[in-house]
Amino acid sequence: MRYQYLLLAIVFIILMKAARRATRVKSATYGTISTMSMVRDPDGPAKAVPPVPARPSHTGQGIDHDNAISSADNRQEAAMAPIIAPADTFTEGQAQVAYDAEALVGFYQKMVEIRLFEDATTKAFRQGKIGGYLHVYSGQEATGTAFLGAMNRDKGDVAIAAYRIHAHALLLGAHPNNVMAELYGKGTGIVKGKGGSMHLFHAEGGMLGGYGIVGGHIPLGPGYAYGNRYQGGEAVVQLYLGDGSIHNGAFHEAANLAGLWGKSGLCPTLFILENNQYGMGTSVERATAMTELGKKFESYGIEWERVDGMDIQATLKVAEQVQERVRETGKPYAIEAFGYRIVPHGAADFLEQYRSKEEVAKWREKDPIPLLHGQLIEMGIEEERLEAIRAEAKAMADEAVKFAEESPDPDLSELLTDVYADDTYVEPAG
Amino acid sequence: MPVMTYRDALRSAMAEEMERDESIVLLGEDIGLYGGTHLVTNGLIDQFGPKRVIDTPIAEGGFTGAAIGMAMAGLKPIVEMMTWNFSFLAADQIIQTAAKLHYFSGGQVNVPLVVRGPNGGGVQLSAQHTHSLEGFYGHFPGLKVVSPATPADVKGMMLEAIRNPNPVIFLEAGALYGTKGEVPEGDEVVPFGKARVAREGTDVTLIAYGRQVPLLLKVADKLAEQDISAEVIDLRSIRPLDTETFVESVKKTNRAVVVQEQWRYFSVASEVCAVLQHEAFDYLDAPVERVSGAEVPAPYARNLEIAGFPTIDHVISAARRVLYLEK
Repeated sequence: MRYQYLLLAIVFIILMKAARRATRVKSATYGTISTMSMVRDPDGPAKAVPPVPARPSHTGQGIDHDNAISSADNRQEAAMAPIIAPADTFTEGQAQVAYDAEALVGFYQKMVEIRLFEDATTKAFRQGKIGGYLHVYSGQEATGTAFLGAMNRDKGDVAIAAYRIHAHALLLGAHPNNVMAELYGKGTGIVKGKGGSMHLFHAEGGMLGGYGIVGGHIPLGPGYAYGNRYQGGEAVVQLYLGDGSIHNGAFHEAANLAGLWGKSGLCPTLFILENNQYGMGTSVERATAMTELGKKFESYGIEWERVDGMDIQATLKVAEQVQERVRETGKPYAIEAFGYRIVPHGAADFLEQYRSKEEVAKWREKDPIPLLHGQLIEMGIEEERLEAIRAEAKAMADEAVKFAEESPDPDLSELLTDVYADDTYVEPAG
Repeated sequence: MPVMTYRDALRSAMAEEMERDESIVLLGEDIGLYGGTHLVTNGLIDQFGPKRVIDTPIAEGGFTGAAIGMAMAGLKPIVEMMTWNFSFLAADQIIQTAAKLHYFSGGQVNVPLVVRGPNGGGVQLSAQHTHSLEGFYGHFPGLKVVSPATPADVKGMMLEAIRNPNPVIFLEAGALYGTKGEVPEGDEVVPFGKARVAREGTDVTLIAYGRQVPLLLKVADKLAEQDISAEVIDLRSIRPLDTETFVESVKKTNRAVVVQEQWRYFSVASEVCAVLQHEAFDYLDAPVERVSGAEVPAPYARNLEIAGFPTIDHVISAARRVLYLEK
């Protein structure tokens, strides 16, 4: 009997594969969308937002049903063409603050520190020194650096993020040694070796996680914002989410609550949608029919704008202004930081079958760090100075690795602590 | 002592504590203007206003997650699940976030959250609206799970739930909302992890929690008519589970019947049996009996529903079996 089932299963799989091949077909036409869209503030005048970047559409038009194609073609077809958002789709920001070269050097330093830290984590992961998952931030530095930099801890601002968060912790003042030690699973880790890469917390600096379930953390933001305003606080909550999480019910439920509570000025949440164009390996086009992701906030009465998430001068122009706007209004606001992850999804994503080398190469040309580097040179900053910054950052990353490697494992007693916030007895294994 | 219904005792615990502590807010579906589907929160919006008694859209995951965020910000939110059946939509928030946040933040973040609502069936709500989830939630470290059976306990345990710094799953016996009992006045907290001897006896120990406790008291009366002295243990708290009280009882009676509305396998009764065989092995004069609900989704028709839950006769029969009075 068993082998009959096996035979049936094999036949079924073969038939399914054939059927799938026959239905996967090449898209012959690419549409473009380039209309100006309007965002309406329920209490204010209509505001123009940038047009949607031109993207290959995938609506099924022009499908040639007679041409079944090879598996390689299927892959290429499924993977879509690279998306380059034209510069004119980004807001310029209305901030009066112009960052001078000296200030920009400071941001350059932060971005380089993050990048070299991430390079070190990737190396350690490949050496088997870091376990679990490891999601690095390379390519997206301009977003976190600008927006986290706009936080005001004196006013109680906090950030809540998902799991690509090493940079967020570092930018909010976590010591690189403790962050690296956490990744190494050491007792000196920032959460005592209990969380790892996805659960970095540095409450003192306003870093409130660190969550591993895609979308699951989003409702925390509006709740924290409400809780703070309810108590008479003036904090702004920055809620970071990826493009992959926006299709999750938790996003929609949370955005709805945020918009609703914002009507009473009780929800100062700044949603920062880090659109790196892929939820793991699934591109935005393959995840939703409505690819203008920022627009999804409109359904909930939340205004938004798109910024070039790979140009720190662009993110800086917007960051401080929107942070203060959210603080003043108590209403949520959303930023779509359009960018690209120039590294694999996770350190274990070796194959990257979902995107082409050419696409990655094209985006690497927009890497925010060389971009700012070029701008600084043009502004007259000397190369030697930037080189010294890189050397210092490298030394910082090396020191973090050394610290992590030399740190002791967590004491075994730590297994059973922090389960409850009181002294509830917890049983050991065995 | 004043006599109150289970519902009023529950409401008074929340109202009294809200008077004392402004950091307490309530969230849930139709808990404000509507008064609460089961009227547990009726009138509280008038007393405390809409900023503290928050009517939410029907989105359990969203508002439960938001309540976790509020708890992180220093509030003590009490979330109403209109019924626990809807908590599956919030299970990711409860289990993946609330229960673990303190641990994976290395102790940096507390989640003083209460999630409460009616649990269990018995009023013909059929399959999707009838669950007893104490075994389900009881499984997860990081949560405290309680199931009070009397008006006095529901008040005292709600006070404890609010003051507890951990996420608390507060499983109310929905079928008992209208039952009355004496409730101590004032600040009488009932601590978690302490079972209650609801009736003393010497021949057999009957163990339950929530809605089955009054059933066991009726059983004990009937058994007394047969000259069988039954001790009734009300567990009150599922996690942490007070094993000592029922183990001591069984060491005295040497026989035990565990009763629950939920399904038999992987349940609270299974856990109690496991503890008994380990802690009271040499004291047992008969295998421990489990009386549970039928292994089916809950049916609608009244006669089918009644047949699907433990009855007085089921328990009497089980008690007689452990006494070798019947097979």
